[in-house]
Amino acid sequence: MNSSPVQNHALTPDPHRLDPLEKLALAVLALGLAAFVTGLFYVNEQTPGGARFLWLCGAWGAVVGGGMLYGIRKYAKQLPGVRNHGVTSESLTARGAVGWLLAILFTAFYICLYWYPSLLEGWIRLHDPLAQALQGKPADQWFVYGTFYTAAVAVMGAKALAKHRHSRYQIVRISCIIFVQSIFAWILPALLAKLSQPEAALTYFWPLEYDKLMPDNVHELLSWRTHFATFCVFWFVAGTFVLAPVLTYFFGKRWYCSWVCGCGGLANTAGDQWRQLSDKSLRAWRLERWTVHSVLLVIVLLTGFVWLAPRLPEAFQASIDGARKWYGFLIGLVFSGVIGVGLYPLLGTRVWCRFGCPMAAYLGLLQKYFSRFRITANGSQCISCGNCSTYCEMGIDVKWYAQRSQNIVRASCVGCGLCAEVCPRGVLNLENGPTAGRVPDAFSLAGPLKARPPRA
Amino acid sequence: MANLRHIVVVGNGIAGVTAARHIRKLGNDRITIISGESDHPFSRPALMYIFMRDLNFADTKLYEDGFWAKNRIELRRDWVEQIDTAAKRLRLRGGESLSYDALIVATGSVPAREGWPGEELEGVQSLCSLQDVELLERNAASARRAVIVGGGLIGIELAEMLVTRGIAVTMLIRERFYWSSVLPDGEAEIVTEQARAHGIDLQLDTQLSAILPGSDGRVRAVTTAQGTEIPCEIVGICTGVRPRIDLATISGIECNRGILVDRHFRTSASDVYAGGDCAEHRDPPTGRKAVEQVWYTAKIHGETIGAHLMGQAEPYCPGIWFNSAKFFDLEYQTYGDVPRSAPEGVHSFFWRDTVGRRCLRVNFHAGSGAVLGVNVFGLRHRHAVWEEWITSTTHVREVMAHLAAANFDPEFFCRAEPEIVAAFNRAHPSMTVELKSRRGLFSSYIRSLFQGRRDGADQPFENSSAS
Repeated sequence: MNSSPVQNHALTPDPHRLDPLEKLALAVLALGLAAFVTGLFYVNEQTPGGARFLWLCGAWGAVVGGGMLYGIRKYAKQLPGVRNHGVTSESLTARGAVGWLLAILFTAFYICLYWYPSLLEGWIRLHDPLAQALQGKPADQWFVYGTFYTAAVAVMGAKALAKHRHSRYQIVRISCIIFVQSIFAWILPALLAKLSQPEAALTYFWPLEYDKLMPDNVHELLSWRTHFATFCVFWFVAGTFVLAPVLTYFFGKRWYCSWVCGCGGLANTAGDQWRQLSDKSLRAWRLERWTVHSVLLVIVLLTGFVWLAPRLPEAFQASIDGARKWYGFLIGLVFSGVIGVGLYPLLGTRVWCRFGCPMAAYLGLLQKYFSRFRITANGSQCISCGNCSTYCEMGIDVKWYAQRSQNIVRASCVGCGLCAEVCPRGVLNLENGPTAGRVPDAFSLAGPLKARPPRA
Repeated sequence: MANLRHIVVVGNGIAGVTAARHIRKLGNDRITIISGESDHPFSRPALMYIFMRDLNFADTKLYEDGFWAKNRIELRRDWVEQIDTAAKRLRLRGGESLSYDALIVATGSVPAREGWPGEELEGVQSLCSLQDVELLERNAASARRAVIVGGGLIGIELAEMLVTRGIAVTMLIRERFYWSSVLPDGEAEIVTEQARAHGIDLQLDTQLSAILPGSDGRVRAVTTAQGTEIPCEIVGICTGVRPRIDLATISGIECNRGILVDRHFRTSASDVYAGGDCAEHRDPPTGRKAVEQVWYTAKIHGETIGAHLMGQAEPYCPGIWFNSAKFFDLEYQTYGDVPRSAPEGVHSFFWRDTVGRRCLRVNFHAGSGAVLGVNVFGLRHRHAVWEEWITSTTHVREVMAHLAAANFDPEFFCRAEPEIVAAFNRAHPSMTVELKSRRGLFSSYIRSLFQGRRDGADQPFENSSAS
């Protein structure tokens, strides 16, 4: 009897163990982060331009290079496919110490950015050379923020591309996010400043960026008296009232929320690892419908009043002004920034999009009542596993519909496509099609099996 | 509210829960579901995701916890020791007893074992219940190597689970290919390749002979029938399941392999029904097996039992067969009848991707050309379209011409239909077809299928809009 151990026993590498390339990438990333931390404290007006330039190149080179290499390698070393293993136990992704630490850091960054930008002076001066080159003037905190934001979308976008590379929908979508953020939200506004044109971010619309259609902004744009500025006014009005309804009718709100919008862009790149933390409870859904529609109502009324203000009594004007300031503070800064992004690692990535964004509320109403978009449930193939609901960043309990073979038509769905991707049985698909039968009237708990005899 | 019955369900698997849901949808009877396995019903096929840490247990629950009280379905955590079918009472392990007006036995299945020496050792286990996953968690903590016995769906799931923990897996498969009792060779070969690509040491034509203990009483190795010794710390027994009938047997309910039921799922005891994995049909529907231990089947059983109890007495009629699975990253769907080898008078057209592991097999009648069934790997297909094609005996030429209408892949995915149709034309030059129809819901063909208007139909359209 041959009792020698089998030699061809395949020892599979543990995907959670770092390989040498990943270790190298992390080391480079750490050096880059160290360069940023020292830069925050040691760079100032007196630092020579050349030194700042080298410092900046080194820091960004290491962070972007190391970060991308690590993120890509982590998934490229595994075969393409759904790779969510370990998500419920890792400190980073399961609200462990790492998650809490990051949430505190992110929140602290937003607080500094909005209310104590002088604390970020080192970074602002560090970015002067880049700002000069791009926009022809020194950096301010918003230039630094835009640069960080774009880098986060690009670096973590590369990781997301590697992770989701088995899905062509995700490859196209994530590439689009990275492209829109880098070109339209970052480089183009800077170049416009250099060309002495208004620094218009063409991918944000009212009511998300409520200033866009406020009278002061419109009047200012018109006062530029350039073709581009006039085009901007046309573009922002058309974007909200023509582009949004038409595209949402044909494709659902995803055309904006998970292809174009920067908030969604950050959520689906930097935040991709925290999507499972969104609250799926009915309670959260109830709260969401109240808050998101309230914000929409407030901004619609506010915009209306601001336009009417000149015809209203003086006393009114002051309170409208006050309301606008409060809206900017509570919604524009605290909700969308501090809570929306700062708490990514604790509450998931779409807290702002889901509970606060008035644009999402507006597109959501269009999506629910005037759209050809739906997530189709494929016959009776659902096994109720819960992957779809768990990985829905908007907290939609997708399984609730799928397991009764019902199409999913929900105002909040941003069409990221992850439910269809993680479904192990091919049950879900994002589809645009005729509105007839989009929400079936009748359904069966065991599926719409037509072959069974009709009920009496 | 007079005359409300107390309907008790034994087992909170998908059959029992589906029955309870239907009873509640149709009426106000008191409903109790008893389970010894878990407080709340969960998705058994999702157990693997809990172990791989893709999901928390709570994510696999069928509904939020508040759902049950809201729908007045009582959940009770206990084991049923015996059914007194004459007095209509249950004796529970906790000591209490519970009376019922109607009883649904949905006790599921238990792993089937073959009596190998060493089966009882620590480290030897199956994968069926929540407790099995907890046990595997403990067994995997210190394990580096595992041997899995059996080439079925559970075996490959267990292999995938262990691989995510960096545990090296050997699978012993008695047959020439993986799952070749069900899959035709082309598909079985693809899954075999897939498992090997994921680092599984797949040993075909190999049988387990014995499980060997170490000095600590735990499993140390296995030996195969060929006499090879394979060291391991875990042995996964995945050689299928059998109906769990111990409760029915000791309660005097007539059983064979499973609890014997008629087309209305009535057992030999009055007002006692059985459905799901534990049931065996006395008179199975044409083309179906007497015992079908599949999630989807259990769901239809539950629905039929629920409807029956609520007075909608239609006999079990499960529609076309369908099933699905995922082998590592390779998805599989099947609709209709695709046996492992095509019987006399049936043509089997098989296409396989030249680069990846996508494939499609369509079986059809050699004489009439009517499609009988389809297997797809790495492609997603629409259930409703295939159900329509198969039930209305659509000609394979029409199916091929409109294959895109069945495509359910996400947007931007590589379309395989042109290649499939080209391959079909090469294989069947006498039936050359041209690919028509756009993909997805824009395909007017899909709409016409369900509205009774089809252009270019080779067969007269059998109106199925009765439902």
